[in-house]
Amino acid sequence: MPRRITYRDALREAMDEELARDPMVVIMGEEVAQYNGAYKVTQGLWDKWGDKRIVDTPISEAGFIGMGIGASMLGVRPVMELMFWSFYTVAWDQIVNNAAMVRYMSGGKINCPIVIRGPANGGTSVGATHSHTPENIMASFPGMKCVVPATAYDAKGLLKAAIRDNDPVMFMESTKLYGEEWDVPANDELPGGELVIPLGVADIKRSGTDISLIAHGRAVITCLQAAEILEAEHGISAEVVDVRSIRPLDEETILDSVSRTHRAIYVEEGRPFCGVGAQIAYTIQSKLFDELDAPVLRVTSLDAPAIYSPPLEALQLPTPELVIEKALSIC
Amino acid sequence: MAKKSASSESAADAAINRSLTPDDKIKLYREMVRIRRFEQVSLQHYQAGRMGGFLHLYIGQESVATGVVSLMGENDHIITAYRDHGHALAVGMTMNECMAELFGKGTGCSRGKGGSMHYFAPDKNYWGGHGIVAGQTPLGLGLAYGLKYRGLKGAALAFLGDGAVNQGAYHESLNIAELFDLPVIYVIENNGYSMGTSQARSSAFGNSLAERAAGYGIAWDTFSGEDIYEVRAHTHAAIERAHTECRPTVLEVKTYRWEGHSVADANKLKYRTKEEVELHQREHDPIQRWKRVLLDEGVCDEAELKKIDKAAQQEAEESAEFAKASAYPAPETIFEDVYWEVDQMTTAGLTGRHFFND
Ligand SMILES: Cc1ncc(C[n+]2csc(CCOP(=O)(O)OP(=O)(O)O)c2C)c(N)n1
Ligand SMILES: [Mg+2]
Repeated sequence: MPRRITYRDALREAMDEELARDPMVVIMGEEVAQYNGAYKVTQGLWDKWGDKRIVDTPISEAGFIGMGIGASMLGVRPVMELMFWSFYTVAWDQIVNNAAMVRYMSGGKINCPIVIRGPANGGTSVGATHSHTPENIMASFPGMKCVVPATAYDAKGLLKAAIRDNDPVMFMESTKLYGEEWDVPANDELPGGELVIPLGVADIKRSGTDISLIAHGRAVITCLQAAEILEAEHGISAEVVDVRSIRPLDEETILDSVSRTHRAIYVEEGRPFCGVGAQIAYTIQSKLFDELDAPVLRVTSLDAPAIYSPPLEALQLPTPELVIEKALSIC
Repeated sequence: MAKKSASSESAADAAINRSLTPDDKIKLYREMVRIRRFEQVSLQHYQAGRMGGFLHLYIGQESVATGVVSLMGENDHIITAYRDHGHALAVGMTMNECMAELFGKGTGCSRGKGGSMHYFAPDKNYWGGHGIVAGQTPLGLGLAYGLKYRGLKGAALAFLGDGAVNQGAYHESLNIAELFDLPVIYVIENNGYSMGTSQARSSAFGNSLAERAAGYGIAWDTFSGEDIYEVRAHTHAAIERAHTECRPTVLEVKTYRWEGHSVADANKLKYRTKEEVELHQREHDPIQRWKRVLLDEGVCDEAELKKIDKAAQQEAEESAEFAKASAYPAPETIFEDVYWEVDQMTTAGLTGRHFFND
């Protein structure tokens, strides 16, 4: 029986293992220590590692994120939790002007090995201020990396790689996935003794021949559900490509998939304007124009701030039905 | 600049409190009870799964919003954070519109768009309901700027929590408030905790959080929120300063939240003891306290107060029925209220593409 753990536990295991491996790794954020994390991702870490390694901060995002960036210049490796990614706005200047630019502006003399992690998703009726999905924004800054895991397996492997990475990594999770379980082998079942997934490597989550459904984060799960129905009810074989990391981006795997299926849809929970799918659709049409049998389509959240009303918010996000409808329109 | 906290007796003697008629005093009681009953009923429906998101209850703190709002005049404005139901009801928003918002219905005060954390009623000088900690503090400053710019004699009352005082936006606001002589009053509702973090673990301070204002040369004051007389006496002085001198004040009101940070707070009895919570419920309930004052002063009798309690309970229950019976907003409304120009179908709203759905 393969070991099954939740997405939440996978993240915690990754941090726990990296805390053990490297004494410079520090976990910081609001309520991460004594409260065990607002979403319990850091459960038990403070008990195990104590005050020096697991640090509760005041509600001062600009201050503590900036502090982590500064400490990283001296070789500390802070993994900073934003209780919601939505609160990045308070720390925006520190993230963009310091984390993303310090290496460049110092001519490569300084680097910034930080991770900022936390949930970035809609769909929980917490209103527009708490439902931002800024992966497209973060990925638009050269100097910054952006990773969005869809499963517990990826969450663990990617977070470990992110912590070891010497550049700033924006790591985006989903409160809707925290409680979901997946197979994640224990370390002693793994050939190398641990699970590390390099950034910039996409994963084919389901093979198919008729259309490529490309996505990141929870939208990957939506695509897998859609693919099942497309197969069972419409005889369409959909391949699901999980990009996992938006920057660096594994263009090769995406292009290889689309050159076999000749059709592509990008699915994401972010908004359409300058979305991740816009960049990827550009790449596909510019590199595979002659291979395409249909325009590259997208499924995104509806283009308005996140509405509170629960049944309406459900309409605002991508669903398997919307993906199927789009797929049928080009297959 | 700090003023020693007035004892309750002297607070009762303050001119602003002596001017209260028996009816005014009963009204204060009614407002506090309405807030509590509204929230107790909302809690039941939240637990029954009829609402989404978070529900941050104000129970235990009712005297603060009620006392402050009772002093507001025509040009006084108010803004607060996400724990906003009490302030909303105190300014006169109806239980129906507030409850329907929690249910996500089209009849809600924000048409189902904002939810619990985002109530607004600009017609009642109530500017929200804000979800980002301390995000409202520069807006409060801006309301004060707007008042001064427009030559109006008023005050902007900006509420924040004891955790919010550590955001840069608040400190930047204090500096500008003093520098520009703006009639803003920051009301720190110090309930001892920001989520699961005690004040001692979140804030560096000398004697109080309000005292930080001294570093900016701003007048400040601290007092207990348990007695509504005290809330009114101290806040009145700040409003006077705003009205007559056009200058800011920082007030810190000691209070206590009975429930968890939000209803989802599973640790509510881990970062504080059950005894501590019960002590506040038993001995520091602002509603019970005010009830004793009313009875001691002979303002009314127990039966009359019971009647008020019952009416508030009934009003709250009816608001839940109203909310239940109301319709969800139509899906098209998702795209309403995004752009003024588009909603009004002005030339600007009809020029160029505004939305990027397929
Ligand atoms: C910028 C930002 N950071 C974090 C949060 C999450 N959060 C919401 S309320 C809260 C605690 C605030 O405590 P306090 O200011 O004391 O107000 P209280 O809840 O006690 O009324 C936190 C951390 C947020 N909403 N916004
Ligand atoms: Mg507080």
